[in-house]
Amino acid sequence: MILELRGVRKDYAGVQVLHGVDLAGRGGEVLAVVGANGAGKSTLIKILAGAQAMSEGEMRIDGERVELRSPHDAHARGIRTVYQELTLVPQLSVTENLLMGNYPRRRGGLIDWPAAHARAKELLVGIGFGAIDPRTPAGRLPVARQQMVEIAKALVDEPRVLVLDEPSAVLAGTDLEALFSLIARLRERGVLVVYVSHRLAEVLDIATTIVVIKDGLVIGTTEPSRTDEGELIGLMAGRRPAQIYPDRRAGRGEPALTVSALGRAGEFDGVSFTLHAGEIVGLFGLVGSGRSEMARCVFGAEPATSGQVRVPGGGGGFRTPAEAIAAGLALVTEDRKGSGLVLGMSVADNIMLATLRSTLRGPLIDMARRRRTVAEMIERLDIRPPHCATMAAGHLSGGNQQKAVLAKWLLAGPRVLILDEPTRGVDMATRVEIYRMIDGLAREGLSVLLISSDLTEVLGATDRVLVMNQGRITGEARSDRATEDELLTYAIGSAA
Amino acid sequence: MTGRLIEPAPPTSSAAPRRGLPRLVVGGRDLTVQAAFVALIVLLAGTAALTSDTFLTQANITNLLKQMVTTGLLSFGMLVVILTGGIDLSVGSVVAFSGIITAGLVSGLPIPVAMLVGLAAGIGVGLVNGTLVARFGLAPFVVTLAALTTVRGLAFVYSEVPIAPEDPGFLTLGTAMAGPLPLSTLIMLAVFLAGGVFLSRTPAGRSIVAIGGNAETVRLAGINVRRHVVLAYTVSGACAGLAGIILTSRVGIAQPSVGVAFELDAIAACVIGGASLAGGRGSARATFGGVVVLALINNLLNLYGVQAFWQQVLKGLIIIAVILVQRTNRVRS
Repeated sequence: MILELRGVRKDYAGVQVLHGVDLAGRGGEVLAVVGANGAGKSTLIKILAGAQAMSEGEMRIDGERVELRSPHDAHARGIRTVYQELTLVPQLSVTENLLMGNYPRRRGGLIDWPAAHARAKELLVGIGFGAIDPRTPAGRLPVARQQMVEIAKALVDEPRVLVLDEPSAVLAGTDLEALFSLIARLRERGVLVVYVSHRLAEVLDIATTIVVIKDGLVIGTTEPSRTDEGELIGLMAGRRPAQIYPDRRAGRGEPALTVSALGRAGEFDGVSFTLHAGEIVGLFGLVGSGRSEMARCVFGAEPATSGQVRVPGGGGGFRTPAEAIAAGLALVTEDRKGSGLVLGMSVADNIMLATLRSTLRGPLIDMARRRRTVAEMIERLDIRPPHCATMAAGHLSGGNQQKAVLAKWLLAGPRVLILDEPTRGVDMATRVEIYRMIDGLAREGLSVLLISSDLTEVLGATDRVLVMNQGRITGEARSDRATEDELLTYAIGSAA
Repeated sequence: MTGRLIEPAPPTSSAAPRRGLPRLVVGGRDLTVQAAFVALIVLLAGTAALTSDTFLTQANITNLLKQMVTTGLLSFGMLVVILTGGIDLSVGSVVAFSGIITAGLVSGLPIPVAMLVGLAAGIGVGLVNGTLVARFGLAPFVVTLAALTTVRGLAFVYSEVPIAPEDPGFLTLGTAMAGPLPLSTLIMLAVFLAGGVFLSRTPAGRSIVAIGGNAETVRLAGINVRRHVVLAYTVSGACAGLAGIILTSRVGIAQPSVGVAFELDAIAACVIGGASLAGGRGSARATFGGVVVLALINNLLNLYGVQAFWQQVLKGLIIIAVILVQRTNRVRS
C-alpha cells in the first residue's frame, strides 16, 4: 500500500497554511513529521483525517486518486487518526467506547455484555494494552491509559494508515514502551504509521523516514541513520525574516515584577524571573510546557502551590485577578474567544469591562464619557471598522478582536503587561502593528512579557527570551545574540 | 436556543438590503424586532377591542393592569438571573411564602413592618440560592428546584390554612389606585424602569450581563463573578417576595398553595422578550413587552370564555410561535 500527497495546498480565508506539500509513505513504514508550531503539521493531519478539505492538490492510495470529504470517508479508506485531544466519552465504559454501537447481541436483541467485554478485552490484549479493564468508565483511567484506549479504538477495524498526533505527549515509562512495541507490530502487519511529535529523540528512535516541514512546505526528507537532533532543529528553525520587528534598544529600568520559585502542582515548578520597566521579555515554550499556566498563576487566576510573586511596594501573591489588576498587571490570554472577549456583547462593553468604574458619575455610568473613551481607544488602536463600538465583538475579525482585548487592558493603565500568544491567528499586517504598539508601550516604561511559540517572533520582538520546557525554565538568552536553534534546544532538549 | 455567536458572518452595513422580511431602519439602527413587537401588542389589543365589548371597559383594563403585576415582578427578577446564564424555579413558592408570612404577621405587627419581613423572606431565599450556585458551583436548575419544594413546604409549615388579615389597610397596596393606574402597577413599572437603568448603566448590571456571556472573561477582568451571581438571585428573591406581598394584598387572603407554576410564566415572558436562556442576552424593556403580550393573551382568552385548559394549550403554542419568529429573524440578521 502506498499513500501519496501531491502538491497539497490549504488556505484558511485567504491565509496560506500549506504551500504545496508532497509526501509519500508505504505500508510497513513509520513516517515521522516534525516541525515548529505553526509549520502546518496540524493542518496536514486534518487533511489526512478528512476533517479538512485541501484547497489544491491530490491524495492517492496505490496510485488511485481519492477524495476525502469527511472523517467518515477517511475511515472507509482505512485511514484512522488519533488526535492529541481525547475524544472518549468519559462516563461510558472502555468497552462501550471501543465498540461504539457494534455490540454482540443475545436472542431478542439485548446486548450480550459478557461477550462485549470479552471482545473489548481481546482488542486490548491484541495490541498489548491488556492491563486495562474494559469495564472501567473511560474517564476514570489515567490520561495515559485513555490515550491507549483511543489508539485501540482507532485499530478496531484494522486500518491501513494510522495517524498519531503527539501520542507520546502524555505517555511515559512502560506505557511509552508499549506504544513503541505496538508500532513495531503494526509495521509487521503492513500498516503505515504517520507519527507527529515534538520529541526528536523518540522520532529518531522509531521512524523509518523523517519529514521536516516549515512554513507549510516540506523542507527536508531524511532517515534516522543519516541525521541527528541538531540537524533537525536547524532545519525546523530556518533563518530569520526581514524587518517586521521594530529595532529594540532596551532602556532597562527598575524591577517591575519578581517571580520566585513559583510552582503549581502538576503544571510547572521552580519558575523564577524578574521583569524590568521598559523591557520586553519573551517566553518561549511549546504547547504543554506550562507557560500559559504559569502566566495565569502570576495573574492570580489560578492559585500557586509554591513560590512568590512580588511587585515593587510590597504587593504580590495575588489571590484573584482583581488584586493583580489593582497592582498594575494585565493579562491578554491566548484564547481570545474563550477568555478574552464576551463575543455577544458590544465592542464598547468589551473595551470597558476591566474599567467599569472609570466612567461613573454618581452610581451610574456616564454614557457620553464612556462613548468618548471607547471612540478614543478604537482610534488609537485603529480597530476596524471604525464605527464598531455598538457591534458585537464576535463580528470583528481576529486581528481586530485582539486589538479590542488590548484596548480593554490599556485602559486599565497596567505597569506589567503579559501577552499570551497575542498574534495567534492574526494577519501579518496587524502583527506588525501589535509589535510596534508593544515597543511603544515599553518605551513609555511598561514591562512586557510576550509568551509565544513562534520562534521568529519571540526573538524579533523582544530584548531577552526565557525558555520553558516541561514546567521549568530551561534557558535564557539575549534576543540579539540567540539563535533559533539555541531556543529550540532549550525547549525540546531531552536533557531537561 | 443557540445563545452564543460562534462564527459570525462579516458585518454588513445595517442599511444593506437583505432577503426575507422587510427591515425597519431608523437612524442606522435596525428596529425591526422592536417594531414587530409593538405590532404584535397592537394587534392583540386591537383584536380584543374590536371583538369584545368588555375589553375596553374601565373594569377590565384595571383588572388587566393588576394581573400583570405578579408576572411582571417575577419576570424582571427572572431576567436578571437568566442574564447570568442561570434560572430561578423557586419564585412561585416564594410568592406563597412571603405572602403567608406577611398575612400571618399583620395581626401582631404594623402592616409595613409585616410586609418588610415578607420581603426579607424572599431576599433570604434568593441569598441562599445564589450562594449555593456561586460558591458551591451547583447547577442553578437543581438548586432552585430544591428551593421550589423546600420553600413551598415552609409556606405550609407556617400555616396549612389560608390567612385573611382583618385590617382593611392591608388591602391598600394591592388595590389602591394612584390616579388612573393601580398603585401596584406603578410599583411594577418603577421596578422595570429602575431595573433597566441598573442593567444598562451600572457596573454591577453590566457585569451581570457579561457573566452570562462569558464568565471567565469577566473573572479575568478583575470582576467578582460570585458576588454578582449572588446579587442576581437575591434580586430575583426580592422581586418574588414583593410579588407575594402585593398579590396577597390584592386578593385579601394568603394561601400556602398559591403561585404554583408562576415561574413558568416569568420564564416565558423573558423568552418572548428575546432573552437567551444561555445567558448574556436580554433586556428589561423587551421583557416588559413579553409580560404585556402574556397578559393580553390571558385576558383575551378569558374574555372569549375559552376553557382554562385550552388556554394553557393556546398559550404554549403562542409562545412557540413568537420564539420561532424571533429565531428566524436572528438567523437572518
